[in-house]
Amino acid sequence: MHELAITQGILSVVLEAAEAARARRVLAIDLIVGALTGYVDDSIRFYFDLLSQGTPAEGAILRIRREPGQGHCQTCGATFRVEPPLCPTCPFCDSPQIQITGGARCFVERIEVDDEDEHTGSEGDPPGE
Amino acid sequence: MRMSIPVVKAILQANEAVASENRAAFDAADLLAVNLMSSPGAGKTSLILATIERLPASLRAGVIEGDIASTLDAERIAAHGIPVVQINTGGACHLDAPMIRSALPHLPLETLDVLFIENVGNLVCPAEFDLGAHLNIVIASVPEGHDKPYKYPGMFQKADGIVLNKADLMDVLEFDLEAFQHGVEILRPDVPLFIVSCRTGHGLEAWTEWLFEQHRLRRKRYER
Repeated sequence: MHELAITQGILSVVLEAAEAARARRVLAIDLIVGALTGYVDDSIRFYFDLLSQGTPAEGAILRIRREPGQGHCQTCGATFRVEPPLCPTCPFCDSPQIQITGGARCFVERIEVDDEDEHTGSEGDPPGE
Repeated sequence: MRMSIPVVKAILQANEAVASENRAAFDAADLLAVNLMSSPGAGKTSLILATIERLPASLRAGVIEGDIASTLDAERIAAHGIPVVQINTGGACHLDAPMIRSALPHLPLETLDVLFIENVGNLVCPAEFDLGAHLNIVIASVPEGHDKPYKYPGMFQKADGIVLNKADLMDVLEFDLEAFQHGVEILRPDVPLFIVSCRTGHGLEAWTEWLFEQHRLRRKRYER
């Protein structure tokens, strides 16, 4: 349910970045979602399709990458990926002396945009071409 | 031309900016703001009432009640003569910083020492939204089962203190306290856990003392 507010946040930073780049259209969005946040990908997609209608981000491809939490075993020194429901012990040595960190972030990493209007795009002299 | 641009702004930046304003307002009023988060029915309102009852009489407490629709909890608080503001989220599953900001003018902040914010009952969503509170407290309760830290790690990761309520039911429900404690420790090894029963009063003294100490520490910081 809170994916609605999260997705509003996603759309707003995407549109802001697109506008700053004077982009005509957002083609793709790379979104990182921590596995421990409890966010549901399908729910983010659902709200994104709804909220982005009529904006330059309408129809953009939402590429969601899950970022796992990190487990550290203080007994055998192993590092491992974790997802809820968490396992109470180290998957390698079974020790309960573990610490779980990370997996709590959610952020837009990059966006791909079309940077000029279709007609004016070829008229200027774009840098690096 | 197709172009890839990095995005640096946080997706909840608007909320976080308002949360900072709220925190500044709490600091200016010299009060300790405590955000209470739990599943529905874990005992947030009961804990608020039981805590206020046990805090030193010199401390004045206020409450912001977050609820999806009803005013039942706010009425329970108001019946004790405690200043309370109700926020109805109108279906939203969590409180956010702007909701808190709009509630503040309705409270006598300057006269308060502690402000309890009762979040919407939900073990997922409220964790993401900074309200500007000084302490984020997670309340779990025995009937929910001992697996909650393992299933909802995101919420427990945000906790500055954890209260396990309804401890009087532990034997009846065969609650595995060790498993619960372990789940808390692997996520937040340094966070205090208070095992309480709002019904019998068990453990509430240690919790209230800790909270009072947090208030005292903040006071000391202001005085410096």
